[in-house]
Amino acid sequence: MTPLSPGDQVAVLDVQVPGHVRTPCYVRGKQGVIERAAGKFRNPEELAYGRSGEPKRTLYRVRFEQHEVWPDYSGAAGDTIDVDLYEHWLRKL
Amino acid sequence: MHIGHDHPHAHGEAHETDDPHAPQQDHDDTLNYYRKLELAVRELLIEKGVLTPDEIRRTVENYESRTPEGGARVVARAWVDPPFKARLLSDARGACESLGFDMNVFEVELTVVENTPQAHNVIVCTLCSCYPRMLLGMPPAWYKSRAYRARLVREPRAVLSEFGTEIAPEVAVRVHDSTADLRYIVLPMRPAGSEHLSEDQLAALVTRDSMVGVTVLKPIAG
Repeated sequence: MTPLSPGDQVAVLDVQVPGHVRTPCYVRGKQGVIERAAGKFRNPEELAYGRSGEPKRTLYRVRFEQHEVWPDYSGAAGDTIDVDLYEHWLRKL
Repeated sequence: MHIGHDHPHAHGEAHETDDPHAPQQDHDDTLNYYRKLELAVRELLIEKGVLTPDEIRRTVENYESRTPEGGARVVARAWVDPPFKARLLSDARGACESLGFDMNVFEVELTVVENTPQAHNVIVCTLCSCYPRMLLGMPPAWYKSRAYRARLVREPRAVLSEFGTEIAPEVAVRVHDSTADLRYIVLPMRPAGSEHLSEDQLAALVTRDSMVGVTVLKPIAG
């Protein structure tokens, strides 16, 4: 996957897969912005089953507007939620 | 006879005796599934020479020796030392190691998020109970509760309000869900009126909850 840069708009894949998935359901299918690349890590979805987790995957901190994540969000308009997501869960818009 | 103990049993635990001063039951003999699994794996690792009992003990001791005073030292240094603060925000591991913290027992990266007059940060782990243990030690029970984990992402201002923390609507509330290999700690804003305090005095002001982000540090009465 081409590296993503801060400010890039992304969508989170909206798929249901079993296993040790680190992508919370509440952001699947939602759109956010890359806040930063946080480094490369062994893939926890593989590590959890005794496999090597290689190749390493880039982890991104993705920032979502709360009103995008929760259409009925009651807080202020500028409120955000940051979620750490692996590259293979993101699609560049 | 029910001397001094004649109210209905609402304690949630079956009584083996009606003596209100009977010793509490031990809970270390509940050999449930996960305890059996942990024992079996630990014994195998020792038997195969992967780990020694003393290495396991030392690791547990290391984890349990960490307390929020560690995080408070880091925060106070960041307040008084701008180059240290800049490094802390870009390379938290290196900055903490420079203060003598052993960060290698934790296979995750520490990330510091800074509160400003424009943004208030608060941390949660919705998937489990990830917590910046290297600087704060063990998480409090409420941090691990399903209510906190579910509600902080959904209605953070309501949860903060229950902690006695009101964030003005013009200040953005930024929730950080530590879902993967990063652990977050909040760098609180230095309290107003603390300009004359030494680094050690500042460290004494920094609370655990302010570094989780469920509270802010109150101004110093002067």
